[in-house]
Amino acid sequence: MKRRSIFLNVSAGFGFLFLYAPIIALIIYSFNKSKLVTVWGGWSLKWYAELMQNEQIINAALLSLKIAFISASLAVVLGTMAGFVLSRFGPFRGKMILSGWITAPLVMPEVITGLSLLLLFVAMEGMFGWPSGRGTGTIIIAHTTFCMAYVAVIVQARLSSMDETLEEAAMDLGAKPSSLFFLVTLPLIAPAIISGWLLSFTLSLDDLVIASFVSGPGNSTLPMVIFSKVRLGVTPEVNALATLMIAVVAIGVIAAMFQMRRQARLLAKPE
Amino acid sequence: MTSSQPIDLQNSTIASASQQPLWKQEGAEPFLRIENVTKKFDDFTAVDNISLDIYKNELFCLLGGSGSGKSTLLRMLAGFESPTSGRILIDGIDMAGIQPWNRPVNMMFQSYALFPHLSVADNVAFGLKREGVSRSEVKQRVAQMLDMVQLGHLGKRKPHQLSGGQRQRVALARALIKRPKLLLLDEPLGALDKKLREETQFELINIQEELGVTFVVVTHDQEEAMTLATRIGVMNHGVIVQTDEPHDVYEYPNSRFVAEFIGSVNLFEGKVIEDEPDRVRIESPEAGATLYVNHGISCAPEQIVHVAVRPEKIKISHNRPQQQDNCIQGEIEDIAYMGSLSVFRVRLPNGKEVRVTQPNFTRSMGDRFTWNDKVFLCWDEESSVVLTA
Repeated sequence: MKRRSIFLNVSAGFGFLFLYAPIIALIIYSFNKSKLVTVWGGWSLKWYAELMQNEQIINAALLSLKIAFISASLAVVLGTMAGFVLSRFGPFRGKMILSGWITAPLVMPEVITGLSLLLLFVAMEGMFGWPSGRGTGTIIIAHTTFCMAYVAVIVQARLSSMDETLEEAAMDLGAKPSSLFFLVTLPLIAPAIISGWLLSFTLSLDDLVIASFVSGPGNSTLPMVIFSKVRLGVTPEVNALATLMIAVVAIGVIAAMFQMRRQARLLAKPE
Repeated sequence: MTSSQPIDLQNSTIASASQQPLWKQEGAEPFLRIENVTKKFDDFTAVDNISLDIYKNELFCLLGGSGSGKSTLLRMLAGFESPTSGRILIDGIDMAGIQPWNRPVNMMFQSYALFPHLSVADNVAFGLKREGVSRSEVKQRVAQMLDMVQLGHLGKRKPHQLSGGQRQRVALARALIKRPKLLLLDEPLGALDKKLREETQFELINIQEELGVTFVVVTHDQEEAMTLATRIGVMNHGVIVQTDEPHDVYEYPNSRFVAEFIGSVNLFEGKVIEDEPDRVRIESPEAGATLYVNHGISCAPEQIVHVAVRPEKIKISHNRPQQQDNCIQGEIEDIAYMGSLSVFRVRLPNGKEVRVTQPNFTRSMGDRFTWNDKVFLCWDEESSVVLTA
């Protein structure tokens, strides 16, 4: 095996330290017995127990999961359609603009996305009376909008690396275009769709900024609740909650990565 | 054994006399008829007014370089492209407007295009399932087909777990399972290494003869075409230049393109100086001699023609041979020893280079000639071909 230089080892070490030291500190302190966040008082699970008693947090968590589930599912449908158009329509007038538009939400500052969506919702309410007020529905719409961009990019990448003769082979063997999609194309891009869904789910679960703009009273998502609690001072309870969220997000991201790798293996072209 | 053999031989000659290949029989009905087919992509003409008849049980090879239009023609037969003009008839039925999934045609793709998410057995079963064949029949026919291509034990594997040769056979089995009338093969052996290719060639011919399916093969590999085909259509720039049996394409090429594309050849430019019905004499400054051919050609008097001589038909010797005609002199410039044969590059006094191959009959053959030897190159009067195109 090739020997790695000391420099590489050190820089990798520093990189990981910067990334994960705060998270590890947070996880450790979530098991702190003491009520004071900065004083170590021995190991305990009591903040987790207290967290389970806190109805406000439980409700917020459930709402967040519901929003994440629905918007990830919607984003997958819309994003797959967009990805299809981008990779399959061949060159058409305005393709550059369309692909630019679809990927813009990836780089757009969240504050701007949130603000523009809020303005749109308010204007629409004024004009057609829908959506009446802001709440879960508007958060779902907003999350679907930006998650869709991620799904579109993932699906497009998968489709363009897929061998198009596979679809021709299916047609040649008697598959009509209508069944072709479900028999060949969908199974082949399924891993991309699944990883797109998982990514959307985590992104939606994480989002604070956009949700703050478009949610209404009584519809606080979990990150919003945490943020408002932290403003009043950090409690060990929040540490416990944050640890749980890290776990959920980590599982989502790892599962998405796993899917992508499985797919890469499946579609690897024979040498 | 010895007594019965002559009778058998006689029988078979009688049989073959009455059963001449269909393409030699007058008025035989072609199975696949391509009528004045042209395909244009924008202003590029990929296939230019091709007409071709292919008969039942043929193994027809479309041979050409890249960009010759052979693949486009194949894709039109499969229905992935539609002709800009002209007609394609399969078994007498016009294929215009018939979609790929409704054609009595299956195709084996160059990349094999095996479905990576399906097992070998499911890949092979794909076509049958689309036809709504019963589950038990699908199972039985798939097993039968996998046995035929000697993959019976690998049905549960996924394509990425197979070797190149195995994938090729899965692709063949999948294309054959619907019992198509016409099988299209796009570079069927292109992805295999040399040894495997030679074995597979003969397997392919056996399967074709066993099932009685008409094969149309597209290839750029002239060796592959020579071994596989009943007839070869040589393509260049969207046109079929020559259609003939492999032997005739090699020995009687009709143009310089075909002569040079198939095998290697020495061409001597010259002027016809004697044009009789049974012989032609050509003065060729390029060869530095007058060349004599013992058959007549159709040409104008004093026309500029090319005399083509295959390298293996030239005899090389140190001493002046007795024959007068078709003998030229040169100096050996390069020798390549290939094991079974040696290739000589001989330079003529006028600078022209001539390629000669000699089989190594004996072990010491290779030592008889060496660099800078003065040699005579001669060939029989019937060995050369006069090309007017």
